[in-house]
Amino acid sequence: MDVDLRRDFFSLFGLPRVFAIDTEALELAYRDLQSLVHPDRYAHLPETERRLSMQWATHVNEGYRTLRKPLARGRYLLSLNGVEVDSESNTAMSPDFLMEQMEWREAVEEARTAEDAAELERLHHRLRQLAGEMVETLRGQIDAHHDYHGAAESVRRLMFIEKLQHDIDDALLGLES
Amino acid sequence: MALLQISEPGLSPEPHKQRLAVGIDLGTTNSLVATVRNGIAVVLSDEQGHPLLPSVVRYRGDARVEVGFAAQAAQARDARNTVVSVKRFMGRGLKDVAHVESMPYDFVDDGGMVRLRTVAGVKSPVEISAEILRVLGERARASLGGELTGSVITVPAYFDDAQRQATKDAARLAGINVLRLLNEPTAAAIAYGLDNAAEGVYAVYDLGGGTFDFSVLKLTRGVFEVMATSGDAVLGGDDFDQRIFCWILDNAHVSPPSAEDARLLLLKARQAKEYLSGEPEAHIGARLASGEEVDLVLAAETFTHLTHPLVAKTLVPVRKALRDAGLRPEDVKGVVMVGGATRMPQVQRAVAEYFHQEPLTNLDPDKVVALGAAIQANALAGNRAADEDWLLLDVIPLSLGLETMGGLAEKVIPRNSTIPVARAQEFTTYKDGQTAMSFHVVQGERELVSECRSLARFDLRGIPPMTAGAARIRVTFQVDADGLLSVSARELATGVEASIAVKPSYGLGDEEIARMLQDSFAHASDDMHARVLREHRVEAQRLLDATDVALREDGQLLSTQERVAVDAALVQLRSRMAGEDHRALRQAVDSLNAATMELAARRMDQSIRQALSGRRVDTVGI
Repeated sequence: MDVDLRRDFFSLFGLPRVFAIDTEALELAYRDLQSLVHPDRYAHLPETERRLSMQWATHVNEGYRTLRKPLARGRYLLSLNGVEVDSESNTAMSPDFLMEQMEWREAVEEARTAEDAAELERLHHRLRQLAGEMVETLRGQIDAHHDYHGAAESVRRLMFIEKLQHDIDDALLGLES
Repeated sequence: MALLQISEPGLSPEPHKQRLAVGIDLGTTNSLVATVRNGIAVVLSDEQGHPLLPSVVRYRGDARVEVGFAAQAAQARDARNTVVSVKRFMGRGLKDVAHVESMPYDFVDDGGMVRLRTVAGVKSPVEISAEILRVLGERARASLGGELTGSVITVPAYFDDAQRQATKDAARLAGINVLRLLNEPTAAAIAYGLDNAAEGVYAVYDLGGGTFDFSVLKLTRGVFEVMATSGDAVLGGDDFDQRIFCWILDNAHVSPPSAEDARLLLLKARQAKEYLSGEPEAHIGARLASGEEVDLVLAAETFTHLTHPLVAKTLVPVRKALRDAGLRPEDVKGVVMVGGATRMPQVQRAVAEYFHQEPLTNLDPDKVVALGAAIQANALAGNRAADEDWLLLDVIPLSLGLETMGGLAEKVIPRNSTIPVARAQEFTTYKDGQTAMSFHVVQGERELVSECRSLARFDLRGIPPMTAGAARIRVTFQVDADGLLSVSARELATGVEASIAVKPSYGLGDEEIARMLQDSFAHASDDMHARVLREHRVEAQRLLDATDVALREDGQLLSTQERVAVDAALVQLRSRMAGEDHRALRQAVDSLNAATMELAARRMDQSIRQALSGRRVDTVGI
């Protein structure tokens, strides 16, 4: 076996390079790797080993973070296939999506101003459903159809949904404290 | 004797060499030191049999320093020079400290970390904490009969970078090697989880003397994974005392108390609080220096009512952490109670009500953190037995970011990221020929920089002159396993490593630490040269041992030429071990480190590859 362990997170965790990964296998591989490289295993060793261990553990954490959640995993897979979600040439969005964004923002803002926690929770729940559907779409686009440009748009929609969910979390937290 | 000894890479194959390691709970009210003896974690008591050391330091006019019970006994008499709850000042400016007006100290505020003027001179909280650590270190050495390899010191999970760094600096001043800073609730979870073979999602509710932490952990087959942590760095048992203190002043109709009288009444308030954990009412009686008498009865019910806002305040971080972890209260299998303040019945009731279950109080809430730290210290020192295969994955409590245009904070590493973690961000120059840039590092969740904690400012210099926008400067944030941040920067177009000069906002500079070290040696029998030499020898021995193991196990990973270089560096270091020249020793350590770097890297790669291929066989086979 000769893979560059530092380049590709899928190889690092011994997983095939697909969107629909086996998350349990990822979790197991993550724990195995951290058991091996974590700084707690090297605390009594010389500085060089301690530094290497920190670099490796950092890398493994980054890989786990990247592959664990569908959004980050999708982005990463697209980037491995030469499509950068953030690049300027890829930010053109469909008018429908722009319209939808505006409506969502208004709904959240309204609920926030009205300090309506129940409505915020309801919006949060609907966004979660929407995110679930989007992940399904993404799986088809990447794994079945290799439609990376279509997938990039789905990823951007997911990013928008996640951002909105964070905003709602912040608003709810603001209501509580 | 075992015929075949299987050791994990990086673990010592010589089990007879038990290294002395301790866990230290540096608490707001009390501090403890614990160790693992014959496989069991135990708290080390002082000669009189006291396990707790009151975190009280008194500076005397005759240049002596009292720590613990003696200092505590003098606190009402000599309040100005007797520092209690110093932990509240660690890594903090004066404006961050609550209730300053009722504190008897002579504060010195020069913008950075707050300092106290005592009869022995101006003292930083770092120096004061170092006095406590020194006593605990001596207790451990006397009890274990030897020099300590290292320690694990616990900090509140919600401590920010400045507070963590201050704690590590205090240990350095006290001459204690820190293997790891460990979050207090995580330490408690280790002690509880290993003791009860717990599996599933557990929460730790840790209300100490001055800080509140709440962590949610997932325990799976020996892995302790912190899912989210939250807290309040200025909320603890002290605040409950403070409420009783105010109640006394309101009800006893006495004139505003002197510093000594205030200390006396605070003491009475604390005693009443502790008494009320088991009794329906407490009598509070005192004769003040002013001649006035205090004679009151505080009912448990009144106390509960007085402190209701404080208890409610602890539930805000609880909700936040659960939300961050994506969990509901009923998903939590057990809530471990930590910290003396959780003995208060109203606190236990509130937790039981919120989680719909009785909290777990079967471990001594005063000792559980120190015991967990001792278990971790034992493992980190390399004393881990083959069957003790557990792993800890902790997180940072607060987001780290940089100030951007308009006083806004941009998050670089979000809170609850598993450590160690690194994240990079790119910047460019906005002027032609610009060779320097300024950055402001902040920690916190708010959008406005002014509402976050300022950690440090740094200037980047040595950027090669280019047209505006051409330079690509990558700034990397690295948080290590102690939760401490370091920042590096590189110009990508030219590969120039830009130099960084960091000015900590509430920390100590290197020169300040050096000066404090000098000061501490001025009074001690030990001298600086001897200590530096001793530290270098420890590091050298560690390097020699590790190199021997590496060569024996994987010497074939080196080319003949590389092997010659390693052997030469080994010979040089061995020959300098006995010498008295610490600089020459350091140099030899550095050369051997350099010579073995490749070997270490190849060994690490090899073990990862083996693990990967092993797993493939597992999943493919049978």
